[in-house]
Amino acid sequence: MRKSDAVKKHIAHLALAAGLAASVALYAIAPQLDDYAVNILMLAGINIILAVSLNLVNGHTGQFSLGHAGFMAAGAYTSSIITLSLAPVLASAPAWQAQVAFFAALLAGGLFASFCGFLVGVPSLRLRGDYLAIVTLGFGEIIRVVIQNTDALGGARGLEGIPPYTNLLWTFGIATVAIYVVASLVNSTYGRGFISVRDDEIAAEAMGINTTKYKVAAFVIGAFFAGLAGGLYAHFISYIAPEGFNFLKSVDVVVMVILGGMGSTPGVAAAAVLLTLMNELLRDFEQYRMIVFALLLIVLMIVRPQGLLGNFQRRKRKAPQP
Amino acid sequence: MSDLLKLERVTMEFGGLRAVGDLDFHIAPEEMVGLIGPNGAGKTTVFNIITGVYKPTCGAIHFNGVSLHDKKANRITALGIARTFQNIRLFGSLSVFDNVRTAMNGRLRHGIIHSLTRGPAFRAEEERIRSEVLALLDIFGLKDDADRQATDLPYGDQRRLEIVRALATGPQLLLLDEPAAGMNPTEKVRLMELIHFVQEKFRIAVLLVEHDMRVVMGVCQRIVVLDHGQKIAEGTPQAIQRDPKVIEAYLGEEAQHA
Repeated sequence: MRKSDAVKKHIAHLALAAGLAASVALYAIAPQLDDYAVNILMLAGINIILAVSLNLVNGHTGQFSLGHAGFMAAGAYTSSIITLSLAPVLASAPAWQAQVAFFAALLAGGLFASFCGFLVGVPSLRLRGDYLAIVTLGFGEIIRVVIQNTDALGGARGLEGIPPYTNLLWTFGIATVAIYVVASLVNSTYGRGFISVRDDEIAAEAMGINTTKYKVAAFVIGAFFAGLAGGLYAHFISYIAPEGFNFLKSVDVVVMVILGGMGSTPGVAAAAVLLTLMNELLRDFEQYRMIVFALLLIVLMIVRPQGLLGNFQRRKRKAPQP
Repeated sequence: MSDLLKLERVTMEFGGLRAVGDLDFHIAPEEMVGLIGPNGAGKTTVFNIITGVYKPTCGAIHFNGVSLHDKKANRITALGIARTFQNIRLFGSLSVFDNVRTAMNGRLRHGIIHSLTRGPAFRAEEERIRSEVLALLDIFGLKDDADRQATDLPYGDQRRLEIVRALATGPQLLLLDEPAAGMNPTEKVRLMELIHFVQEKFRIAVLLVEHDMRVVMGVCQRIVVLDHGQKIAEGTPQAIQRDPKVIEAYLGEEAQHA
């Protein structure tokens, strides 16, 4: 009895520890796996981070954002510029120093992305629904176009030769932290405020909830992890170009969130893995891939509109009887 | 000077339309006041002004001596004014329990960081909130429904839950916007008992906007009558029932029959 109470009390911490341990295990067995499998795992982990963080904004808080690729780009470029400029020093430094520098660069990318998230979050206070979607879409495109026209960032050619520091430990470690942060945030009295903002903003405000603060917090935290994902991606592929962070990339992440179920963290994480795998399986039918995705979404919306694991439904409010 | 809520010359204009004009009224602590008037008289506008949804064009509102001018809705709630809605506005995807605990958010000591570190202080507060919410639900007979989705409850229970949720913010003044709307006579009687019970148990003031005369007369100690945004009468239910201006503007034949 007492023992199970202790487990219950620390369930969140235990889950975090288990996730980190699993990441270490994955990292340890990586040399036994073939490169192709490692690559897919890496992409899956990065997609989990993207989907889980967007889910905080779009799913839990109900602020439909189409700018996740923009935040990813902000993080990817910031961290890459840092590691590239440190490259001459790090090349001769011991491996652990390079990893520490990499971590610092990732964090810097995440922080810069969350600053961008703050900038987008502020107009979101006045806008909702379609209008917000368009503003975030515009913001993502602005980031991309600015990069495209900045020679110091490689312009349209992109940045190449980014040191490949990303490994499975970083990827899944950060994915675990992202899941932990979003899940434990939402599973608290404080965090239920995010959902109340989605369900009924006017009622939330009337119940003493500072909806402004919640919306900005969702954008800032969501963008932070998108920035980390961007940094991981850049140091995995070693080459980034503005085109890789266009509108379609944002849509990819939105699809993961919708497929997994808005507001369901396990759901969107599963959907991120599923879509990564499907992308690979359908590689031979490249030109039909988008058709398959589109069909999948249409079928899902008809059969299971709440997503794979989502339990959130927009129920019709019962009309008051006269 | 011991007024809980005091409105002075409050005017609200939407473009050229004067929805509320030069309205003065006050509510004493633990008082039950009714706000009535025909459709379009400006009752809900007054509600929205008090709760910070609208900013009045001019005039002053004080709550416990604190000006509500330019205060956001969530700040006003934190000061001690809670409300329910004419059309039920529960958090549809949350459970009954979560609906109520969300309303305790304004009084939380922990925030984002504590939700992440989940230290002993955080757990203690969550546990305290849990027992407070369950106790509150128990008082209103909703404890067994704690885990149900709020919108799955029957209509009458949803109305009750809205009141519970408003009480969870720890108010000194509760604003009820047409709580009897859509209720049958039996439910209305139960609602009146409930309002009396809430007022006595929690020792709070209640401002009630309601169409149903029997409910207003049965609950309120004092009634303010609005017509075209102006206060046309104020007094005890008995006095209001006999006031010729009120009869003309609002009660009409129904009151003459009574």
